[in-house]
Amino acid sequence: MSERIVELEVLRFNPETDTEPRFQRYSVPCMNEWVVLDALNHVKESIDPTLSYRWSCHMAVCGSCGMMINGEPKLACKAFLREYEGVIRVEPLAHFPIQRDLVTVIDDFVTKLKRVKPYLIPKEDQPVEAGEFRQSPAELKRYKQYTLCINCMLCYAACPEYGLVPKFIGPAAISLAHRYNEDSRDGGREERQQEIASNEGVWECSFVGACSEVCPEHVDPAGALQQIKIKSTVDWYKEHAMPWSKK
Amino acid sequence: MSANGKPYVREVSRYGWFLGNPRYRRYMAREVTCVFIGLHALILLVALKRLSEGREAWEAFLHNLTGPAGIVLQLVILAFAIYHSTSWFNVTPKAMPVQIGEQFLPGAVIIGAHYAAWLVATVAVLYLAGAF
Amino acid sequence: METIKTDVAVLGAGGAGIRAAIALAEARPSLKIALVSKVYPMRSHTCAAEGGAAGVIKSDDSMDHHFHDTVGGGDWLSDQDAVDYFIREAPKELLQLEHWGCPWSREPNGSVAVRPFGGMKKQRTWFAADKSGFHILHTLFQTSLKYPSIERFDEYYVTDLVIEDGRCRGFTAIEMRSGQMKFFRANAVIIASGGAGRMFPFTTNGAIKTGDGMALAYRAGVPLKDMEFVQYHPTGLPNTGTLLTEACRGEGGILVNKNGRRFLQDYGMGPETPVGQPVLKTMELGPRDRVSQAFWHEQKKGNMVPTRWGDCMMLDLRHLGEKKINERLPLVRDMATSYLGVDPVTDPVPVRPVVHYMMGGIDTDINAATSVKGLYAAGECACVSINGANRLGSNSLTELLVFGRRAALSAMEHLDGGTGTANEVAITAGADAAQARLRELFNRTDGTETIAGVRKEMMATMEENAGIYRSGEGLEKACATLASLRQRYAGIELHDKTNVYNTDLLQALELGAMLDCAEAVTVSALERRESRGAHQRLDFTARDDDKYLRHTLARYRSDGPPEIGYSDVVITRSPPGVRDYSGEKSAGEQK
Repeated sequence: MSERIVELEVLRFNPETDTEPRFQRYSVPCMNEWVVLDALNHVKESIDPTLSYRWSCHMAVCGSCGMMINGEPKLACKAFLREYEGVIRVEPLAHFPIQRDLVTVIDDFVTKLKRVKPYLIPKEDQPVEAGEFRQSPAELKRYKQYTLCINCMLCYAACPEYGLVPKFIGPAAISLAHRYNEDSRDGGREERQQEIASNEGVWECSFVGACSEVCPEHVDPAGALQQIKIKSTVDWYKEHAMPWSKK
Repeated sequence: MSANGKPYVREVSRYGWFLGNPRYRRYMAREVTCVFIGLHALILLVALKRLSEGREAWEAFLHNLTGPAGIVLQLVILAFAIYHSTSWFNVTPKAMPVQIGEQFLPGAVIIGAHYAAWLVATVAVLYLAGAF
Repeated sequence: METIKTDVAVLGAGGAGIRAAIALAEARPSLKIALVSKVYPMRSHTCAAEGGAAGVIKSDDSMDHHFHDTVGGGDWLSDQDAVDYFIREAPKELLQLEHWGCPWSREPNGSVAVRPFGGMKKQRTWFAADKSGFHILHTLFQTSLKYPSIERFDEYYVTDLVIEDGRCRGFTAIEMRSGQMKFFRANAVIIASGGAGRMFPFTTNGAIKTGDGMALAYRAGVPLKDMEFVQYHPTGLPNTGTLLTEACRGEGGILVNKNGRRFLQDYGMGPETPVGQPVLKTMELGPRDRVSQAFWHEQKKGNMVPTRWGDCMMLDLRHLGEKKINERLPLVRDMATSYLGVDPVTDPVPVRPVVHYMMGGIDTDINAATSVKGLYAAGECACVSINGANRLGSNSLTELLVFGRRAALSAMEHLDGGTGTANEVAITAGADAAQARLRELFNRTDGTETIAGVRKEMMATMEENAGIYRSGEGLEKACATLASLRQRYAGIELHDKTNVYNTDLLQALELGAMLDCAEAVTVSALERRESRGAHQRLDFTARDDDKYLRHTLARYRSDGPPEIGYSDVVITRSPPGVRDYSGEKSAGEQK
């Protein structure tokens, strides 16, 4: 099995002892097929047990291990060492406060997610005993892509708008609102509009598109946001220019 | 300052934030090139004004426009306008997905439709301008 | 120490925990509910389940079929009253999830689609492509945001249950971001903390699955039941252990050895069925224990394919075609391609059995109640038992829902029935004692052991002696090693003595939990001198219903190995029979 020594440069910060983050170098003997997470695990196990980071599934579905790897938001479990040369710099996700080492404070995202009401607000009431809501494969496909968000927050780290204007609700949360808006079973769009069609919502987005480029699940948040903008604009015209079209 | 037990907040530079990241630079290029579209609109406005001022003014304007500086300026504007338009065309599938039956129309079709519409509009304008 | 008062505290925010919290919030909005987890809910390992959730929905299926598949699949060690409750509630729960927005895959007419799964006689596995667990978890998590009475405590590691006069009165937990200890004072506690696959080095389980909740209940006096039954999933990627769902075979994938032979036909799961036309409950759709065992035998015969990561069998999906693979198994294709560099569309994927699931767990009755009043358990950490000696694929996701809700109902009944007079002084003393224990670990300076060192030895012992096939000799060795590791554990010292997000401390506590669980596994396995389901003994190769048609109960002792006892299996309408997975004879089965 082929092995190589990988130089990791990892951001360290302990709020109890440090005033500023610093970088620490580790030389890690790695297998060629490893991901950055494997290298970090090796550091934790054999070199430095004080290094803190989050991880769990090692299959890109739990969303724990988002970090900046050579400046790019990545899941550490899907960042293959074979794709890197030289020193690999590992930092906590950009735009979030650093709690410690590679662990960030994500309260802001969690609060925003709740604000957009990311749950089904049924169009019609139907008791469970009456069976399932019918939904054709086409109707499913219409929103399916937006259900794939694993809440890893790489998109927030990629979004310059969120970095500059932290009140922006941001790509993942708004995409999840869109996911329910587009669900044929849902009738809650108007409720969600108050949050997501506001100036902290889609109108804060200037369509940089970075969110979609870094999304490990190909959710395409940028698409979701632009679609909401178009629909909100149509709403506005209907309301102001065509008052007769109101229900 | 001593360690205070609080999370560390990394400041984002208000002005230079886009410099270090190629993705952000591309975005800025797309946005900044709209200035040249504006410039072209300005030239059209000036043209209208000159036209209303009479034959002499108009011909002087045309002379300037077809001189070397005018040509260079217009070529530069054209180049940036094309960059601006194409960069927007290329992101249209995100904003306007079209679902037919179960499948979504491939992005290339939507982008292609924009280019086709562009071509038709160009031909129409050239026709009206008497180019054919 | 800060005290957080709540009515019900739910420990664990995966599928079972969130389902319980929602059931509580829906039934009684006035209840205060604390949902406490060592990770954010969306990180819980429910998200990694791929294949789907079983529930009778189609007209050609019946409750009876699901009952018999489950009981036979579990080698008759399942409690049949619990199985009956489970299968009846299953479709309701899956429909409830549909009403909460779960993106189940659909038939062309808009009804929910089902797929075949191992050991199931009919198609009854509801699925959302091959990310079913992910969608279930996120649907539950997002739905839970609707209820203001559910207060979440994310990234809190629970250290001790506080028991007073035989009743559970809450638990102590470390808030990871501050390192502060808090006391959750509740008269009803539901443990839904998942399994313990991380005792083994090669597992599909995420890093968080360290048996914490099992160990909490165990140390508090609740027995761990049937811990010797550890499920190996037949198809994991050989390098990372990443799961390739059983749906690969449900959709028509085949397993072959190095000679290209579909070897399952040689192990009572034949005759061979046509490639690409899977027949239910035979060949590749046999149960997981049998398939994993067949692998072991083939390996002994030298029929497996040697790879850099050890001997493998080949999972061949090529005949399914790119379109079907992309539609039904997109994650599988992505995983195999990125982690192994093998694209299942063009090449067979080397796979080998990997530790996947704990059939055993916290001993509960059919109502999810433990022997301690006010303490309930649901999900993988619990053993009701519906899974018996071998769980059928796609029963566990449904189990989370059915028994998560059941635990919530029981907790409410408990609160209604009066929770006794609490001796608050004694309760506070219990919490303080927990804090003192933690402080001792934290401040220890004369340590002789490292966390990583002890953990490595534990894993190696489990892999070597508590795997697919076990022997009395190996198990005895494992018991001795684990007993000594438990002693050595008392000598570990932390490298990191700071408060904020101290993962060194977290790993130390997790290791303590795993060691206790591991010992329960090996001692229970040593004492079960028969072969049944996932517990296969080389020295006792036959099932022995006279002696061992019983649940093993391991009771914790702080100063030695657990005390082993037994309880009866509930048998209502299916007397123990022969597990038959040969396609020809399946009509005559279960008579």
